[in-house]
Amino acid sequence: MTQSAEHVLDHFELFRGPEYQQMLANKKKMFENPRDPAEVERVREWAKTPEYREKNFAREALTVNPAKACQPLGAVFVAVGFEGTMPFVHGSQGCVAYYRSHLSRHFKEPSSCVSSSMTEDAAVFGGLNNMIDGLANTYNMYKPKMIAVSTTCMAEVIGDDLNAFIKTSKEKGSVPAEYDVPFAHTPAFVGSHITGYDNALKGIIEHFWDGKAGTAPKLERQPNEKINFIGGFDGYTVGNLREIKRIFKMMGIDYTILGDNENVFDTPTDGEFRMYAGGTTLEDAANAIHAKATISMQQYCTEKTLPVIGNHGQEVVAFNHPVGVTGTDAFIMALSRITGKEIPEELALERGRLVDAIADSSAHIHGKKFAIYGDPDLCLGLASFLLELGAEPTHVLATNGSKQWAEKVQEVFDASPFGKNCHVYPGKDLWHMRSLLFTEPVDFLIGNTYGKYLERDTGTPLIRIGFPIFDRHHKHRYPVWGYQGGLNVLVTILDKIFDEIDRNTNVPAKSDYSFDIIR
Amino acid sequence: MSANRIIEESQMSVTEKQSVAEIKARNKELIAEVLQVYPEKTAKRRAKHLNVHESGKSDCGVKSNIKSIPGVMTIRGCAYAGSKGVVWGPIKDMIHISHGPVGCGQYSWAARRNYYIGTTGIDTFVTMQFTSDFQEKDIVFGGDKKLAKIMDEIQELFPLNNGITVQSECPIGLIGDDIEAVSKTKSKEYDGKTIVPVRCEGFRGVSQSLGHHIANDAIRDWVFDKINPDTPARFESTPYDVAIIGDYNIGGDAWSSRILLEEMGLRVIAQWSGDGSLAELEATPKAKLNVLHCYRSMNYISRHMEEKYGIPWCEYNFFGPSKIAESLRKIASYFDDKIKEGAERVIAKYQPLMDAVIAKYRPRLEGKTVMLFVGGLRPRHVIGAYEDLGMEVVGTGYEFGHNDDYQRTAQHYVKDGTLIYDDVTGYEFEKFVEKIQPDLVGSGIKEKYVFQKMGVPFRQMHSWDYSGPYHGYDGFAIFARDMDMAINSPIWKMAKAPWKQAPKPFLQAAE
Repeated sequence: MTQSAEHVLDHFELFRGPEYQQMLANKKKMFENPRDPAEVERVREWAKTPEYREKNFAREALTVNPAKACQPLGAVFVAVGFEGTMPFVHGSQGCVAYYRSHLSRHFKEPSSCVSSSMTEDAAVFGGLNNMIDGLANTYNMYKPKMIAVSTTCMAEVIGDDLNAFIKTSKEKGSVPAEYDVPFAHTPAFVGSHITGYDNALKGIIEHFWDGKAGTAPKLERQPNEKINFIGGFDGYTVGNLREIKRIFKMMGIDYTILGDNENVFDTPTDGEFRMYAGGTTLEDAANAIHAKATISMQQYCTEKTLPVIGNHGQEVVAFNHPVGVTGTDAFIMALSRITGKEIPEELALERGRLVDAIADSSAHIHGKKFAIYGDPDLCLGLASFLLELGAEPTHVLATNGSKQWAEKVQEVFDASPFGKNCHVYPGKDLWHMRSLLFTEPVDFLIGNTYGKYLERDTGTPLIRIGFPIFDRHHKHRYPVWGYQGGLNVLVTILDKIFDEIDRNTNVPAKSDYSFDIIR
Repeated sequence: MSANRIIEESQMSVTEKQSVAEIKARNKELIAEVLQVYPEKTAKRRAKHLNVHESGKSDCGVKSNIKSIPGVMTIRGCAYAGSKGVVWGPIKDMIHISHGPVGCGQYSWAARRNYYIGTTGIDTFVTMQFTSDFQEKDIVFGGDKKLAKIMDEIQELFPLNNGITVQSECPIGLIGDDIEAVSKTKSKEYDGKTIVPVRCEGFRGVSQSLGHHIANDAIRDWVFDKINPDTPARFESTPYDVAIIGDYNIGGDAWSSRILLEEMGLRVIAQWSGDGSLAELEATPKAKLNVLHCYRSMNYISRHMEEKYGIPWCEYNFFGPSKIAESLRKIASYFDDKIKEGAERVIAKYQPLMDAVIAKYRPRLEGKTVMLFVGGLRPRHVIGAYEDLGMEVVGTGYEFGHNDDYQRTAQHYVKDGTLIYDDVTGYEFEKFVEKIQPDLVGSGIKEKYVFQKMGVPFRQMHSWDYSGPYHGYDGFAIFARDMDMAINSPIWKMAKAPWKQAPKPFLQAAE
């Protein structure tokens, strides 16, 4: 017996003891009908080959370990960025349990969201009654200022009409007639979570600007000097929005963040649970129509939203999740151009510090090869940053990336001498990435938590940047945008590089001559 | 004696003074209070799910396994979660296709800590996400052809898989796909390969629970009933062969259970389903006894094996030394003296460890109160383990329990006056905890941060908060350590800023 009260062993060590090891070996041998170990080894090696890669890339129907989620997740994410807003997902209830768990596991925060709990009878007769009862319950129990409705694939397949259902619910008195219930159809079988973000945000904007589904006059745009900012689906939303607000303040810019998740995913532990925290006020959401321009930090999260905003007469500008010097330069200069505000010296100093840091460390990154996967905009931002560090983003993969996205990534490659041997993979998954890492190895992999399986199997060290990050804590609190954010990304990459150098040079009397104290 | 200590003791004595009658009155008042928030119709429905337990009653006096009410923030999941997430997902040498859009498989990907040994991606596949990633055209034209092609691609790229299951997501049943036909055709094409279609669409039933049942039935129909009776056994039977049913090996639970059964002289021929394999499922009808931990999710198949193969089944509880000893003796009672002596030997062997664990942790946990809200067996099964540490469970409820769960709870576990809440809503749970102020809440990831924000210590009792195992004697040491760590963490004293603490009376007097 290895367990003791003094030194309690949990799963990390307990099962390595001889009793358990013998038990498990016996279980396998006697009862699991295991494959011949030689055969397992043969297949394991075969799965590393170019031949396997070819078969793997010939897949037409099967998806293995995708790097994307479904639409309603994005809809829920953006909804809680509005003041006092409860996301209400019309359809099966299990979906909502999944979104809430997913967001809580990443942010280590509560995630409030309700479902209309449709079951078999609703599948036959439609979910109108679920909507009527659900809105009334949510309104009474959780006293939200707004209920933002989206859909699961169940409601989409049976064709429930949100506009009509919400109208009927109001007639039945579920919520007051003038109460804000924006909605968006968010079928899980179209696009991904970033599409859902886009659809839901568009739904909210159209609600406030275009007459609240025919129940109020459309707003008349009276241009002012404010600008709107949209972050997109962003695992770093807490740190990023805090940083963006700091920059706006520094520049003296009057702004509205549309979908302000900064506080709701970063509430204090002080004895009180805040179901709602911060967020874009409903008044600001409506008044955002008058702004001079709207800036989206992630083009592929706002493909439908930006044209709607543009059609109301505003300038719209989209970035691709800018990370690093040139990306941030373009963002800051666009801010200055649009608002007419000068770029303060403080920002120039911050920029200089980032350039300084890169110069100090560049020798350790220059020429290193990276594989990147993640959402389309994040991939673009990171690939650009790596290129300006003199590194090579050899494989860039987005499961939810389109052909147009791939062309854009290719343009980024083509603009840099370091992009010559780099390739982009739209619509591929992490099992494709596995083949890439075996057949065209790189020095480092950048991705979310699921990348740890690739790290284990291929030996490529994983740098965790993306969403979700379940197995490291608090990364979402640190920005990756702005010059400050660029510094954070740089340090995250460098830490891994130095750890790897040390790990590869620490064998006494073998390799530890390079185990340098100064690097 | 420090001031803090005095305050703590005076608070304790206040609690002690509360009689059961007072607690019952308070809990009843509390139920009436939370119901006020609901519209009338909802209040009426929810009232049936909330109660104060009266000792001597045969159940907890609540309705259960009824549809959740729209819009109330139920904690429940769906049938897919019950089948793919619970029953089938852990079977390690089969590939489980999340059939439909990408999300369901993505959110449940490796989230349940079903430990297993194997070379992932080569001969085992538990922590992978296989999906048919439905697109609009699949909804419009149907997904059967795609499913067939997926099976071909699986055969090509993962040749050492021992079987395939199709875990249906909502759209499958709505668009009229015939996954059974595809499965049969492909099984024939691949020499009788085990391919199991599972109709666990998320809209079926009222919670995970129906998914368990559907998954159990799928094993019956597509594994048991397909076994060729002429196939020679893979091993020689012994009189001591048992199968562990309803242990998902979360953090290694089934392993720290198996070791005890083997130490007492039994031979475990199958694990359902944590670290389980198709061969183990197929061999289970040869067991002499099925020992059932999670009654809720696997009583169906246990009853079936009893009827069809004459295998008796026996519920057990491996949380905490009292229940473990009771369970080992109960299991042994199905066997001869050799096994009965074995059970005594195992109990004696671990007694010193248990004594040491309790000596270390009980003084730090004595008198602490707990509120639970979990799924499966845990709302009752863990009560004994808390009591072994001198703690008291003052409120409990099931996410997806049925009346037979509440009967077992009432008859064997909860104390008079315990607050019972079935399919609790976010609002109710928050209010109950706010008023009762337990020293610990045990529930899931969706609840964890809500209560921690309130300054209440919390442990996830689905995933063991990334710790474990909690089953068996080895697990109890970890359980005790973790509960102590949660409750006695210094951080909970810091939740209120010192300048925002309520002024003490003597301070006011000094002013």
